[in-house]
Amino acid sequence: MNGARLLAGVLAEPARAREVTDWTAFLCLARAESLLGSLAFRLADQPLPPKVAAILADAQADAGYARTQALWEAEMACRALAGVAPAVLLKGTAYAAAGLDASAGRSIGDLDILVSRTALPQVERALLAAGWEWVKENAYDDHYYRTWMHELPPLIHRERDRMIDVHHTILPLTARRTPDAAALLADSIALPGGLRVLAPEDMVLHAVAHLFADGDLAGGLRNLWDIDRLLRQFAGQDGFWERLGARGRLHQLLPHARRALRLAARLYATPVDRRLAGRGDPADLLYERRLLARDGWGRAGRSLERFGFYLRSHLLRMPPRMLAAHLWKKARR
Amino acid sequence: MRHRLDLRIGPVSYRIGSAWPEPLAELRRLYRNYPAAEAVCDFTVRLEPERPWRRYLRPSVAIRGDYTLPDAAPLPLTLGLLAAEMGMNLQMALGQKRYLLLHAGSVERDGRALILTGHSGAGKSTLAALLGERGWRFMGDEFALLDPATGLLHAFPRAISLKNAALALFDGADPARLGPVLRGTPKGTIRHLQPPAEAIARMDQPARPALILFPRFGRDLDPATRPVGAAEVFVRLTQASTNYVALGARGFDSLTSLVTTVPARAIDYRSSEEAVALVESAWAELR
Repeated sequence: MNGARLLAGVLAEPARAREVTDWTAFLCLARAESLLGSLAFRLADQPLPPKVAAILADAQADAGYARTQALWEAEMACRALAGVAPAVLLKGTAYAAAGLDASAGRSIGDLDILVSRTALPQVERALLAAGWEWVKENAYDDHYYRTWMHELPPLIHRERDRMIDVHHTILPLTARRTPDAAALLADSIALPGGLRVLAPEDMVLHAVAHLFADGDLAGGLRNLWDIDRLLRQFAGQDGFWERLGARGRLHQLLPHARRALRLAARLYATPVDRRLAGRGDPADLLYERRLLARDGWGRAGRSLERFGFYLRSHLLRMPPRMLAAHLWKKARR
Repeated sequence: MRHRLDLRIGPVSYRIGSAWPEPLAELRRLYRNYPAAEAVCDFTVRLEPERPWRRYLRPSVAIRGDYTLPDAAPLPLTLGLLAAEMGMNLQMALGQKRYLLLHAGSVERDGRALILTGHSGAGKSTLAALLGERGWRFMGDEFALLDPATGLLHAFPRAISLKNAALALFDGADPARLGPVLRGTPKGTIRHLQPPAEAIARMDQPARPALILFPRFGRDLDPATRPVGAAEVFVRLTQASTNYVALGARGFDSLTSLVTTVPARAIDYRSSEEAVALVESAWAELR
């Protein structure tokens, strides 16, 4: 059986851990997909070979540390921006701050926040004053981010060595689809303690945008796992699926959201609203193959297919002529 | 991957995959007396061509695995053994989360461990190897593993990596224990030495730390031994640890308890004979 498919199956249904025959390959694959910590939490109650249990215990402890560090970083950014502009936490840090199931064992890299585009100059000044510095000083990169992207060039804190990505919307400005950034901010939810996170439907849609529209689907298995966890947690709320559909239309992400629901149902047996998910199309299989491409040595696999998705992701970011110019510039340096 | 070798060093098992047979053949020879790896390995290392055509054309070995440094330069296939060693070290440096990892040599006598740490080039690796030939049980020349749960030091007796001038000190060693001479590496000339049989046979026995030494080599130094205060030892060991921060409170607690219960000395030496004598006298003063 394809190792990545078994990994998805075990995450969805932990008792299937008994089907694993090569644990070294299985754990290596999970680690390469940034899913080792999530797996550790899912398998906490399963009978496991002692060495596997020990490796997963380390992964759990590591995830606990990542969580503490991410929440501290969020607190630091929150303090720096107090009185400057409301900031909404995104992705892993948001799941952790809100105590969502999606955060159990999840690795968290950079701090991602969303602020209003009009507040960007003040936010930038406040962060620079609080010890963050630009990572890249290249003029073209700076221009690339500021003119076309949905975020500032990355900043890194000079003492804590942690990156922050300041978003003003969730898709590049040059993308064909334009989410309603003002609505994302307006409907965000305050947590006790002053941090903010997106409303449940918007949180799912951002995970969807992150999975498909932004990037070449590398790490997609983890991003889809986020979507599974969020959907399972939110599905019980009254009218959730209707609101998800409506917000999907508002943010011009409905086709993406529908595909994400279908893929989550296929790979993680996520209970989804069949009407909203819609009928599958042949491209679903292509996406599925891409998401399951990694092998038991942790290698990404199928390089031609990956290049196809890389091109595709850039085409979604910007029109073809602009893309050609951008790739030309990147290749020449 | 086409070729595979599983290895166990102390409590850590590796799965090493390679696109070429040569690096694994050398590794297999160097580690032939080690016990078999566990069925489930802690870490995976991959030695693979940097680009597909570099398997045959000027073969160059990219060092990858569970943890990979994005900007690490590949090595020529003639240094494949070194690539494997670097890949294994990298997994420990970035991935080890069970033990507090100290960049240090260590040896044991009477169930008690001596930790040798200090800057690169201070001689801790050579000194640990020398002591291992002179009545001490060699525990490791690169990493010492401190268990936060018990305070015990675990051995990690990988093949000793002799560098430059240190090669000559082991010219008399049994040739079966020596690896090929690797010239032109990023760290000069390197030759691997299999640890003594006793070190391998007893690698699962941990030891209670009893003394921490900071050796310093210099031809114009006066031989000397100085006590080092707990606070300084603490700071120097945080710098010598790659995972101190990642272990959080566990790292702090185990390091605090180490530096407050175990004495530390700095020793300056001009020759390996002098170093061994200084170590022996510092050890003798413990009782």
